[in-house]
Amino acid sequence: MRMLLVLCRLAWRYLWRNHRRTIVMLGAIAVGAWAMIFMTALTRGMVDQMVADGISVIPGHVQVHNPDYLDDPSISNRIAMTDEELTQRFGDAGFKAWASRVRVPAVITSERESRGVTLLGIDPEAEREFSFVDYDDVDGRFLESPDDNGVVIGAKLANTLETEVGKRVVLMSQDPDNEIADRGFRVVGLFHANMETYEETYAFIGKRTAQKMLRIGDTTTEIVFLGDDYRNVEPIYEKVVAAVDDTVKVSRWNEVDTYLGTMLGMMDGFMLIWVIVIFLALSFGLVNTLVMAVFERIREIGLMLALGMKPAMILGQIIIESMMLLAVGLFIGDVLAFATVKPLEGGIDISVVAKGMEMFGASSVLYPKLYLDDVILANVVVLFLGFLASLSPAWRASRYEPVEAITKVG
Amino acid sequence: MTAVRCVDICKTYRQGDQDIKALDHLNIEIETGEFVCLMSPSGGGKTTLLNAIGGLDIPDSGEVWVADKRIDQMSKGELADLRLANIGFVFQAYNLIPVLTAQENVEFVMQVQGVPAAERREKSLAILDEVGLKGLEDRRPAEMSGGQQQRVAVARAIVSRPELVLADEPTANLDSKTSDELMGLFKELNEHHNTTFIIATHDQRVMRYAKRLVRMLDGRIVDDIEQNAA
Repeated sequence: MRMLLVLCRLAWRYLWRNHRRTIVMLGAIAVGAWAMIFMTALTRGMVDQMVADGISVIPGHVQVHNPDYLDDPSISNRIAMTDEELTQRFGDAGFKAWASRVRVPAVITSERESRGVTLLGIDPEAEREFSFVDYDDVDGRFLESPDDNGVVIGAKLANTLETEVGKRVVLMSQDPDNEIADRGFRVVGLFHANMETYEETYAFIGKRTAQKMLRIGDTTTEIVFLGDDYRNVEPIYEKVVAAVDDTVKVSRWNEVDTYLGTMLGMMDGFMLIWVIVIFLALSFGLVNTLVMAVFERIREIGLMLALGMKPAMILGQIIIESMMLLAVGLFIGDVLAFATVKPLEGGIDISVVAKGMEMFGASSVLYPKLYLDDVILANVVVLFLGFLASLSPAWRASRYEPVEAITKVG
Repeated sequence: MTAVRCVDICKTYRQGDQDIKALDHLNIEIETGEFVCLMSPSGGGKTTLLNAIGGLDIPDSGEVWVADKRIDQMSKGELADLRLANIGFVFQAYNLIPVLTAQENVEFVMQVQGVPAAERREKSLAILDEVGLKGLEDRRPAEMSGGQQQRVAVARAIVSRPELVLADEPTANLDSKTSDELMGLFKELNEHHNTTFIIATHDQRVMRYAKRLVRMLDGRIVDDIEQNAA
């Protein structure tokens, strides 16, 4: 501890001996750290948005299906439990939110066009937590109850079908006996989504209306559950598994939507690579700074060795100097990153490139997200790699022979 | 008691195509409390001998004993410990740490030794006063004259009362008055604390203070006489 204080004081003083060089290097580290964290926040925001949108449209955090449903999502593969049984099992189990749905592929037909859609028979109140649709931002109205006889479709789909609120459309699917199940609906609302794909894909009707149309009694095809954090679904997964039997399959969201799950893992890896790439660029400057700092004080290093400092102390001094330089630079970079990301958390409009972004499931507004974990990761990685980068110049400094070093210059 | 013993030590440097024998089968024994001056023309081997005694340079052959320990076979760490605990150095060039103040330079060795802060401060202020640098404690080397820097270096070398002080041309950059003051200080430490001094010098004024004069030539001792010191 005593020696650490001595080395820290020496390192700090030497750091500011050539203050111009130190300031330039600090600037480089700060900008690098800022870039790492800012880019990480943008990427994290984009991924969060993609996952949140994806989860709200499809899986929730945990889903329950008939074991064959994911391979063949037809009405034949229903959950063998009635609404009443579901309410008994899950109603008072303390889930943050849960809902059961009828979800089948269907065809929607207007007087001019037909399109394939995913038909969702929902209980609007139970579904509110899961839905990407803002019930209050619907042209016309959203569904009011499970018995609602209207249909709500996306604005984009309405445009394609050349229909509008108040007009009628026909929805057609199959019943459990593989017979055509169809019914006319009046379009009661047009929803808007931040991705046009959603507007083209989904059609909402009341759950009980869907059950009647498909002749499935009061059974459903999908039960969804919401936890607190999509990154940590194990607690709710375990809870659901405990509440059901083996006639159903319980899946985490990333098992149902493997694209999103893979994307999330890939982005975590990408961020680590991004941090390392920026550090590699920084490391040239860092190593050069340390090499120069060592080179210009060979004589003083020799003197310290002659006075009784051990080589390990010289090694430690140079490493501490490097760590101090990085720590100060990182601190400045962190502050800059917080100062720039926080004001942008309300969203950055990237509609200019929104079409391209939609291709991989991102919306046209980016909401940068600064997670403490990401900031810590960037800082720890840089400090660790900086430690490795400083080993070589520090090692060389500690290997000097005192008498040669003292007579080296001057 | 023997403070330093060198037995048949040799050291050869390569300079261009030539091998220079800096120490040539040299033998010397110095008792504790002696005040020895090494004299030689430039290249005579006195600095090499000082470096060998201080463990800064390892001879090619022979034995070097300091404080009854053979040091020519010690590791770098052991040599560092020996220098820290037993030896004070005064180099020809002032060799201060430029980022530390005069007082911090003087405290440096004590700090590495683990002397408590209050004791360090007390000793460093006292020694700086003794070498005539009272009031200059907070100055960095760049803010002091050559003579002042050398006095700081001397203060650093003797502040922890080492058993052995090795000084290489300690008065080379000092005026005569300061030189006399410095030598007076060395003398006092030698007499009152029984500190052994080995000083390499060309300076006749310094030689007057020595009880023993060792003349070297081409890495050998050619004359070793005792005298009445000033």
